[in-house]
Amino acid sequence: MTSAPVLALRGVSKRFGAVQALTDVELEVHAGEVVALVGDNGAGKSTLVKTIAGVHPIDDGQIEWEGRPVQINRPQDAQHLGVATVYQDLALCDNLDVVNNLFLGRELKRRGTLDEVAMEQRARELLDTLSIRIPSVRIPIASLSGGQRQVVAIARSLIGEPKVVILDEPTAALGVEQTAQVLDLVERLRERGLGVILISHNMADVRAVADTVAVLRLGRNNGTFPVQQTTQETIIAAITGATENAVTRRAARTAEAAK
Amino acid sequence: MSNDTKTTPPPASSPAVDPRLLQRESGLSGYVSEFVRKVRGGDLGSLPVVVGLIVIWAVFSLNDGKYFAASTAEFIAYYMVGIGLLAVGLVFVLLLGEIDLSVGAVSGLAAAVYAVLSVNEHVDPWLSVLLTLLTGAAIGALHGFIFAKIGVPAFVVTLAGFLAWQGVMLWLLGSTGTINLDDKGLNHFLSGNSYFLGGDISGGYVLAVLAVASLLFGSLSEQARRRKAGVPFRPTSEIVLRAVLLAIGAFGAAYVLNQASGVPNALVIFLALLIVCDFVLRRTSYGRKIFAVGGNIEASRRAGISVPAIRISVYAISGTFAALGGLAIAGTTNAAGQAGADPNNLMMAIAAAVIGGTSLFGGRGRVWSALLGMLVIESINAGLYMLGLTLDIQYMITGGVLLAAVVVDSLSRRTQKSSGRA
Repeated sequence: MTSAPVLALRGVSKRFGAVQALTDVELEVHAGEVVALVGDNGAGKSTLVKTIAGVHPIDDGQIEWEGRPVQINRPQDAQHLGVATVYQDLALCDNLDVVNNLFLGRELKRRGTLDEVAMEQRARELLDTLSIRIPSVRIPIASLSGGQRQVVAIARSLIGEPKVVILDEPTAALGVEQTAQVLDLVERLRERGLGVILISHNMADVRAVADTVAVLRLGRNNGTFPVQQTTQETIIAAITGATENAVTRRAARTAEAAK
Repeated sequence: MSNDTKTTPPPASSPAVDPRLLQRESGLSGYVSEFVRKVRGGDLGSLPVVVGLIVIWAVFSLNDGKYFAASTAEFIAYYMVGIGLLAVGLVFVLLLGEIDLSVGAVSGLAAAVYAVLSVNEHVDPWLSVLLTLLTGAAIGALHGFIFAKIGVPAFVVTLAGFLAWQGVMLWLLGSTGTINLDDKGLNHFLSGNSYFLGGDISGGYVLAVLAVASLLFGSLSEQARRRKAGVPFRPTSEIVLRAVLLAIGAFGAAYVLNQASGVPNALVIFLALLIVCDFVLRRTSYGRKIFAVGGNIEASRRAGISVPAIRISVYAISGTFAALGGLAIAGTTNAAGQAGADPNNLMMAIAAAVIGGTSLFGGRGRVWSALLGMLVIESINAGLYMLGLTLDIQYMITGGVLLAAVVVDSLSRRTQKSSGRA
């Protein structure tokens, strides 16, 4: 990880009224890296993702994109930079078919009218390179299973050729086989050289695909761990704050006294 | 699908087809089995309308031997245009999953505006038509603005419009209550004795040939493009079947109308507008956005679609078609009168759109449902008129048909849900 990160947050803070949702949060995502963002409920994961996606502008700190400081104030800003976000509720139109959903809002046109043939062709290519299996690209989203919808939503985020993809709990409501499909897809995103931020509560998923785990606790960084060299207990301890116990407090006090 | 595997040799990494998937057989048998599967799954399409039409025609023919005549067809073809135009605007609104209760009042007001401009103020008739349509569009845009930007439910906004615009119409018409129209401008073409090519026998057949030829040309050129691009395409047998069905309908209608006086110009205008609207809804990104907003508002917003802009424009379209429908309705009597805003017109227009297969729940429908629904409604009206049944019975039967259509819509939606298609 010697190159500059695609996306870096430096000391980002965010307040909502009396609530300090994020305090001095640091986060780095490199190209071809899957960063799992974990933390308990209310730890600030969603808020952090929304600051990157431009839903909530940050109050303090800096967001760097490929080494340059940038302003992300609106969702469009994030999209222009190359950040694609797949939210938990997917936001697909049930009545439209897969092709139409993939290209919703950026339809391909030919002489001013929709170019269905080119869209279908590109949709098939995209789904094939991601090894996504769905019955047909011309059936309505309503006919797809939860996992298939999830992979379609992720595939849709790739239409705009992003550099960073944020996945908000992509496996939360899925069965075993479907979860495996989504995790396969996350690995394929990494192979394509994208930076992936994966929010998940599921440690098994995180350990399966992530390179780095960033832990948030009460709106602050509580450690960043390389997945390979870290035990699950360490991560869970960081999430729950179990590292803060009598022993650590004594250690901290003695360190202070030594100053 | 089977065609695709032939044209593009699957690369090594190509995913195996999921064995649970229903493979569509190629050729005509595949088309038929697909149709049966769709109907079983609750995707009824135009089937209820076709069945309904056959039942209606059979019942009235048994009751009155004169029902099955060219003059009845002429009556239906001419009188369905006015309310049919209201229904076209309503289809756009229904696709958003909303409702526009003001179309009847706006149509009455539009006729009054046109009458005052062209007759009382001696404005050029075509300019009057333009100003009338702009009035309709502005009224619709106002409804849309209050709904989309202020957040008042569309139902309430248009209900208020229903009352208010009727009031404006009465005020415009003044004490006489009726203004007779001159046989000029658009009104000339909308009146009851204006026929395509002057009612010449070739008129209907020219239109039928045009329809079939453009369908064949469009389908075959699309098939060629899709084949070239290596994506699944319609088999030739299916295209031919569709063309044959359209030809039977078009030439049959032309023959029957020619037995009477010919194809009314009002009907030609109606059909041309239907084709334009169908094109806009299915082939332009604007139409795609309407379907998207009707399917999932949040998804549309995240895809960068301006939901308020779509809503306002759709209500403006509805207002424009209401104004046009008002002109057509006024054309049938050559007068703009207080009856122009008959609330019955509103119910008929909603009924037509729903009977024709446009869902009240948004995101599903076609503009052709305005045509199909009006065929049903006017077939009933013509029959009741010939049987000499009075208005009370007519209202009851039309109400019953509307209810039946909504029930079919709700039931088919439920079936679609349980079979995973909605």
